[in-house]
Amino acid sequence: MLKKIILGAASIAVAGSMYTTTPAFAEDTLYIPSLSYRTGAFAGAGIPISNGYADYFAMLNARDGGIGGAKVVVEECETGYKADKGVECYEATKGNGALVYNPYSTGITLQLIPKAPVDEIPILSMGYGLSAAAIGEKFPWVFNYPASYWSQMSSILKYIDSQGGIKGKKIGFIYLDVGYGKEPIPLLDKLAPEMGFEWVGFPVAGKDMQNQAATWLNVRKERPDWMIAWSFGAMTPTAVKEAAKIRFPMDKFVGNWWSGGHADLEQVGAPGKGYLAANFSGIGTDFPALQDVIKHVVDAGNSKANKEDIGKVNYNRGLFNAVIMAEAIRSAQAKTGKKGINGADMRLGLENFVLDEARLKEIGLEGFTAPVVGSCADHEGAGSIFLQQWNGSDWERVSDLIAPMTEVVRPLLEEAADNYVKEQTDWKTQSCG
Amino acid sequence: MELFKLIFIEPFEVMAALPDLLLQTLWEGFVSGILYSLIALGFVLIFKASGVFNFAQGIMVVFAALTLVGIHAMGVPPFLALILTLGVMALLALTVVKLVMKPLVNQPDIILFMSTIGITFILIAGGQLIFGGEPKAMITTELGLPTGSSDWEVGGGIVIFQHIDIAAAVIAALLIAGLALFFNKTKTGRALRAVADDHQAALSVGISLEYIWVVVWFAAGVVALTAGILWAAKSDVSFALQVVALKALPVLVLGGFTSIPGAIVGGLIIGIGEKLFDLYWGVPILGGSTESWFAFIIALLFLLYRPEGLFGEKHIERI
Repeated sequence: MLKKIILGAASIAVAGSMYTTTPAFAEDTLYIPSLSYRTGAFAGAGIPISNGYADYFAMLNARDGGIGGAKVVVEECETGYKADKGVECYEATKGNGALVYNPYSTGITLQLIPKAPVDEIPILSMGYGLSAAAIGEKFPWVFNYPASYWSQMSSILKYIDSQGGIKGKKIGFIYLDVGYGKEPIPLLDKLAPEMGFEWVGFPVAGKDMQNQAATWLNVRKERPDWMIAWSFGAMTPTAVKEAAKIRFPMDKFVGNWWSGGHADLEQVGAPGKGYLAANFSGIGTDFPALQDVIKHVVDAGNSKANKEDIGKVNYNRGLFNAVIMAEAIRSAQAKTGKKGINGADMRLGLENFVLDEARLKEIGLEGFTAPVVGSCADHEGAGSIFLQQWNGSDWERVSDLIAPMTEVVRPLLEEAADNYVKEQTDWKTQSCG
Repeated sequence: MELFKLIFIEPFEVMAALPDLLLQTLWEGFVSGILYSLIALGFVLIFKASGVFNFAQGIMVVFAALTLVGIHAMGVPPFLALILTLGVMALLALTVVKLVMKPLVNQPDIILFMSTIGITFILIAGGQLIFGGEPKAMITTELGLPTGSSDWEVGGGIVIFQHIDIAAAVIAALLIAGLALFFNKTKTGRALRAVADDHQAALSVGISLEYIWVVVWFAAGVVALTAGILWAAKSDVSFALQVVALKALPVLVLGGFTSIPGAIVGGLIIGIGEKLFDLYWGVPILGGSTESWFAFIIALLFLLYRPEGLFGEKHIERI
């Protein structure tokens, strides 16, 4: 009997950790599924992102009664960062009136891109996913504000160029050997001859994220002047520890915006001092909107986050994602005159929201990020990034905003978008006049 | 001709030109190898005693490390946390034997193997429910493990020895030696070998199967805890760590599933071999990332030509 009780409890615990129940929704609610990964190898990023995302909407509900009079319902579905689970979550929730999907995984995004125009539910892969989706004419239902991976890489290269010049330098590129990690390689190939640098790749297989000794022996052999990381999860602290081990200068090691969370560097501590990472959302709680989140959600006991984790890099990343959602919803409500909108309305909102300096100040996020303005043609917004640096115990912003090399990146994105569309049958494009 | 040069000439030219890099590679391979051996040892112990391939060994590494860090985070001093974690691993061993092994005794091997997959999922879910999914830093310095490094100048370059790597190699070697002595020289160890040879014969001379299983599952838990501490010191404590345990599979194929010396030698061959291959042949010829599959190719070759491994027992079944 005891055995049955224990086994039963364990089964319920396992099932409970993997699935959520589906509530019923009123017509004037705004239903937003959240594809989260609070479990698995990448939970270190997934947990704070999901918390920041949910808390901003909870704050709008508590403080303003929702958006435009409609309450926001965020329903989490656990993907474990796995593409098959992500698709399961999509199929399980889309029928509830989902307005938009934020997959938080390039793998899941790639699976959902063909589904978006069919189900008429847009996808916002905020700073990840398919770079070519930035071309709005070819990808009417997919967005990657505030910048694509290619734009980000171009900004990082600009930063390196500003630190004594990039011409004649050797750049080492360490990347997770999956679609996400390989995404910026075409841009490196394109820019290397134009900017006069040489690049050498160091792929790390998923199952060797915590076993990088051989990779860093190669780095030592190649002696690059700079290292750029396209890492995620446990790969980042391991890479930084290994870099410290071979005494690679940390201030010449730049991670992308998924390689610079607090959870990544807190595992490293002092040896990681000087490591740089890209970012597009503010750090800390010194913003009125963050203070409202603390007041209305965290202090009210309605957040899953610990208070000390509010304002950390990935929490604020999730929060910023919710800000873009909220602004797009407001825009859609204004355009359609409806309180409760649908996926098609949301797509309209994503192409028409204006998050400029004035609006950022109005919503309590002045200086939090570079302005982002939605448009039909440009679904990435070509946003600027900044660099942050690990001081041994925390991240500090160390650069001004760095705009991407749009003149180089945009033609490449257009070419890639054309190629993608050519391979599809019956693909819907749009004209942006 | 170009390929011939890449395979037979250039690697050796690089070795000669950069002897410090060669020595560093051998050292890194040795450290990885001894940790692979340690993880493989956990599999060997349980396989020897019960014929079960314990799929849960990888997650046991994560669970043990998480428990240690989690208990310490509650304000418990590090060494008391270590002792309490050993207690948790003992409790886990007892629970597994009572609830899984004993009811399934005499069932086909595949049933027992499947049950360890079940244990894996329960430990994943349990670990996440109790300690959360966030990665955590190993309490390396709190446990008195050394930091810093020493250099050895050689051939115009340096070989860097991280003190934590030296400590990892020494601790792993001591644990392996201790377990080998325990299982070869003590009464319990002899009983384990009797159980490994023949369950029914062991039972007939009064050896308690249940007791032996608890001992080996606990020993595997101790090995998992040690591997978890030492490996997490190089990275972090996260669920990604369980994948590292997969490296024990080719080690086992190479060394033999029932041989403790095999686990040691197999681990070292894989550890050193994969580092040398990746650096001198993998990157120039194949573009790198060969560390993830090199060991499995070696294992495949062994399965084809010497399936019992270097030290495994050759089974001849007469019909």
